[in-house]
Amino acid sequence: MFETLSNKLQNVFKNLRGLGKISDANVSDSIREVRLALLDADVNFKVAREFIEKVKEQAIGQKVIQSIQPGQQIIKIIHDELVNLLGSANAGLELRGHPSCLMLVGLHGSGKTTSAGKLARLLHKQGRSPLLVACDVYRPAAMDQLETLGRQLELPVFVRKGEKDVLRIAREAVEFATAEHRNVLIFDTAGRLQIDQPLVQELVRLRDLVRPEEMLLVLDAATGQEAVNVATHFDQALQITGVVLTRLDGDARGGAALSLKAVTGKPIKFVGVGEKPEDIEPFHPERMASRILGMGDVVSLVERAAEAVDLDEAKRMEEKMRKGQFTLEDFLEQLRQMKKLGSLESIVGMLPGGSEMLQNTDLNKSEKEFRRMEGMICAMTPQERRHPQILNAKRRQRIAKGSGVSVAELNNLLNRFNQMQQMMRKMGKLQKMMRRMGGVMPRF
Amino acid sequence: MGFFDRLKSGLQKTHDKLVHEIKRIVSRSPKLTATSLEELEAALIAADFGLSMTGEIIVAVRKAYESQGGAGLDVIEIATQEVTRSLASTASALHKEASGLTVVSVVGVNGTGKTTTAAKLAHLVQLRGETAMLAACDTFRAAAIEQLKLWGQRLRVPVIAGTYGADPSAVAHDAMTAAGSRQMNYLFVDTAGRLHTKHNLMQELQKLHRVLGKKLPRAPHETLLVLDATTGMNALNQAREFNKAVPLSGLVITKLDGTSKGGMVVAIHRELRLPIKFIGVGEQPEDLQPFEPRDFAAALFSDRELNPV
Repeated sequence: MFETLSNKLQNVFKNLRGLGKISDANVSDSIREVRLALLDADVNFKVAREFIEKVKEQAIGQKVIQSIQPGQQIIKIIHDELVNLLGSANAGLELRGHPSCLMLVGLHGSGKTTSAGKLARLLHKQGRSPLLVACDVYRPAAMDQLETLGRQLELPVFVRKGEKDVLRIAREAVEFATAEHRNVLIFDTAGRLQIDQPLVQELVRLRDLVRPEEMLLVLDAATGQEAVNVATHFDQALQITGVVLTRLDGDARGGAALSLKAVTGKPIKFVGVGEKPEDIEPFHPERMASRILGMGDVVSLVERAAEAVDLDEAKRMEEKMRKGQFTLEDFLEQLRQMKKLGSLESIVGMLPGGSEMLQNTDLNKSEKEFRRMEGMICAMTPQERRHPQILNAKRRQRIAKGSGVSVAELNNLLNRFNQMQQMMRKMGKLQKMMRRMGGVMPRF
Repeated sequence: MGFFDRLKSGLQKTHDKLVHEIKRIVSRSPKLTATSLEELEAALIAADFGLSMTGEIIVAVRKAYESQGGAGLDVIEIATQEVTRSLASTASALHKEASGLTVVSVVGVNGTGKTTTAAKLAHLVQLRGETAMLAACDTFRAAAIEQLKLWGQRLRVPVIAGTYGADPSAVAHDAMTAAGSRQMNYLFVDTAGRLHTKHNLMQELQKLHRVLGKKLPRAPHETLLVLDATTGMNALNQAREFNKAVPLSGLVITKLDGTSKGGMVVAIHRELRLPIKFIGVGEQPEDLQPFEPRDFAAALFSDRELNPV
């Protein structure tokens, strides 16, 4: 997620980190680079300009603290500004009414129907009883799509095939929901251009009828400079309450995400990270900023693990990662849980330095590799797993034979494990340092 | 409405905005200064031209300014020339085999409009008096098959489909057999949307193409990547990665109606040298138009073509 943007920024930071002191000239150079990276990532050019000005002002104005390198200071400034830009806290759904209504609107093909299904699943898991309402009366088979999703999720879908009047569908849906005791209605509307007045008016009428508590704009993360126009238009016409950003699992550079909050003032509430119903996550600005800067996102990782693992176990894991006491045993456990969690890519991407690792490896190959890793670790004794430093040549040969790999491959695994451990330790240190400076940093 | 009008109205917004911006910049500060260049840069970037393409136009403007000494400098003219030059090699005709079946594979990321494009292409071919068949190879997304079938009914085009979860290659294989025995001129293969970063899905696509190629040498004869015009610079990555997996023969740009984008087309063509074959400018079956580079560039920039229709 956001690989390209974070890679570019990291290059800039590499230069910044080496700086002994901050001067007008060297900051200007780096900041020009940051601006280019932002523009290249589809960040709205006005937003990029403001961002740069803010960072510059603070970077030059701030007194250099002796104990740390000034470069780190700038990185912290950029991090904080990114958090500002993305919104400062996670915004959840406000659904208090009985029944509550939630509307999904957006351009064609932004992922409204899929998001509707994902949100329904999420709400259902939170103990609500959602009803999906198919209001896309234009696109061929859109209603079938929602119906199929409902069947997969085992959730009810309100469909009136052949009915072209959205308002009538909505009225009947509300009656149906009351009769069937469904307390959240999710309206999946047809895709439309933000400037298509007749169609936008249809949404306005639908809104006035059902008075939704949440009006979410669904936007593709790969949207370019247009994202801001789309959001502003929809916001003006319909007063959106938030945004669902979809397809963040691609390599879209995330500029849309960075610009949205700044221009409309409306928070990003959810992000779509895959094609399956469970691939939706609440949006956490701080974590996202860390992710963009390549600091990893261990909190989200642990949270995801917590869905599959029990809570104590997850906490223990977080602690270990932070202290750099992550052993091969834990690694093995993780490998096994990863399988339960689904997409390998997304999980490794959350580890510090993980996205770099991902970039150089073919995913399928690494899936296979992970299976082999599991085999290798299984061939070790518990003591070896806890203290890999005792692995001498003889032990290595035994393990290689036992798991059917070459010694070189085993060495490779151990090297990579070492690197990962070092990364984690470094992140732990950086975090401590930031805390000493009194800055607000995300928990890792 | 003729093609040009359609394209023009589709691109009207882009064009209005761009010309307005450029005019504003030029008329206010006729002298080429760092600020006016920066503003020009911002205007181009806002139209999703991308950094490198923008840079090139800026360089060309500066060069022209230096050689002409500022008198008679026409920024719009220079920009038009640049874009036309970049798009010049584009050939937009849909390939047709001398004899027998022509197979066209339609690929792209999710939600760009592949299914709609496949249906529109079939319609286009039918209008020319040729026969077409559609293969519903998106066996993953809910109701994708129904969507294509409905299009088929509407346009009276036969649709070959399998069941959900079936191997898309198997569906393609069946469709090839059916199209062959019914002596169709064209077979349009509608594939599932996939993000270009998903290796396994890209491999699935490669397999599908292998199966097509085994059934009929050189098939698919055309592989069209469908791109959403609202996409920003990520479109370049999409084109790059798809091209790596299955050699593309052209691009289709969809949703060019009314949104102020289009610039990334230039950037993509510039880097990958892929011809842009069609553009989608609306939701109706006939709203798929062959791409004309000169018209496109003119519609983007030229003043004469730009006055309100």
